[in-house]
Amino acid sequence: MPNTEFSPSIDSRPTYAGLISQGAAPAIMVADEAGAGALVDLAATDASVMKHAHVVLVAKSAGVAGQLKGLAPVAVHAAPDFDAATPLVTKLLAEARMGTQLYLAGSEGLIGHVSALAFAVGLPLDEIQAEHRGSIARRMQCVHCKGITEEVTTDPFVCSHCGLTLFVRDHFSRRLGVFQGVCVDAETPGVVPEAVEIRA
Amino acid sequence: MKLALKVTEIEQLSPLVKRFRFEDPAGMALPVFSGGAHLTVEMSERTEAGEIIRRNSYSLISDPYDGGGYEIAVRREDKGRGGSLYMHTKVAEGDEITVSVPSNLFQLDLRARKHVLIGGGIGITPFLSQLKQLDMEQRPYELHYAARSRDEAAGLKLLPQAAHVHVHISEEGSRMDLGAVLDGQPLGTHVYTCGPGGLIAAVADQAARLGWPKASVHSEAFTAPPPGEPFDVVIASTGQSIHVKADQSLLEALEAARVEVEYSCRGGACGRCHTKVTACDGRILHNDHWLSDDERAAQQDIMPCMSRFKGARLELDL
Repeated sequence: MPNTEFSPSIDSRPTYAGLISQGAAPAIMVADEAGAGALVDLAATDASVMKHAHVVLVAKSAGVAGQLKGLAPVAVHAAPDFDAATPLVTKLLAEARMGTQLYLAGSEGLIGHVSALAFAVGLPLDEIQAEHRGSIARRMQCVHCKGITEEVTTDPFVCSHCGLTLFVRDHFSRRLGVFQGVCVDAETPGVVPEAVEIRA
Repeated sequence: MKLALKVTEIEQLSPLVKRFRFEDPAGMALPVFSGGAHLTVEMSERTEAGEIIRRNSYSLISDPYDGGGYEIAVRREDKGRGGSLYMHTKVAEGDEITVSVPSNLFQLDLRARKHVLIGGGIGITPFLSQLKQLDMEQRPYELHYAARSRDEAAGLKLLPQAAHVHVHISEEGSRMDLGAVLDGQPLGTHVYTCGPGGLIAAVADQAARLGWPKASVHSEAFTAPPPGEPFDVVIASTGQSIHVKADQSLLEALEAARVEVEYSCRGGACGRCHTKVTACDGRILHNDHWLSDDERAAQQDIMPCMSRFKGARLELDL
């Protein structure tokens, strides 16, 4: 399964060009289960890319970790979810030197979340490589209560924090790494359009 | 917007560099600025040929948060158009002086985790205000100041003694090693260079070799416009022919002839005076840092603040 093609939208909507090896430079790679395939493909184009790479795998199952270890990176750090992975990624970013390459692969939620962590330590966003694989579920921030709802697959959806029904916008906060959700029935309380599956 | 200020202090920092302080004559607070900002000083001089107005831009070296006054450091260029010579020989404490409000083409990227500032020679000036801002905001930085000799290192008097301020005097054998400066900096570092073109290119080259993102590498090279051979220029809309003297920039000649051109930095960096060329029979001597190589080669654009012309006819879309 290749890099997901998203339909054209506003210019500010993030797009993901796919992973291209920058050679045997120090690297931090973060992937979820679907994104691990992109790392395997990356290593197939240039095995040396793994030579100085730390891989953080956000996955519940152990099988993929074994596959990534087979690519012979410096280490594979496994975490079951974002919350567990965040301190690992933060530590790797804090210890990294200029010239370290960042490769992200998987859901938009993962790419956005880790990009925001890297942005916060001063890495220019256009230097982060990303490839979208797997679910097109989005990480959404409610613009009203600021709570973040994970794995949003329908539009509109209900904010998991304040309960408002939110319209899924393509507007994206690079600082927070989340799409913005806006109350869908603010002007006409109770008039809520039928929820549909979001599309790529 | 222009400010009519008073020269309140002049200090000789080195044989070639003087520091000037300007304050509001009534003691009013001036607009504050951000580290790396510059202002344009207006120098009007009466000569036998009439009044000449020169305008040069200089980096501010004072505290950006201090509205009590603006300070600049001016290096005397004996082979220049005469602007810095005027500042050195004609301006005295107590004089009135007209300056622009500050503007900034070399601001810090405050998203950086760490800032590495590299100044060569008089290129130390924008960093003097930046390091006051960085100190105030308690941001991590290191400053490297390279000069040929202590005599040339005018910035020494203005730099704090601190572990993160490094002075490299090549005459004393402590040449700056850019590899050592840039290698191993933490992820999220930004580097800023101001000084001779060779230094800016060397930093960019070293950074690229170490895999630094382009967006983390900043530089400012703006200098006063160079003098050159006199030439003539034609204004397309009116057919008026204007003579540009050897010690005058094209922009200054246009201003003297009351042809309106927008400008800001007067150092070929900001792009405000970008002007279309409608006819060019000869060669444009591009001295700016704005146009791309392709644009230069096409000879259909010129930056009048810095660039000159050699040839039979140059016509501007003005």
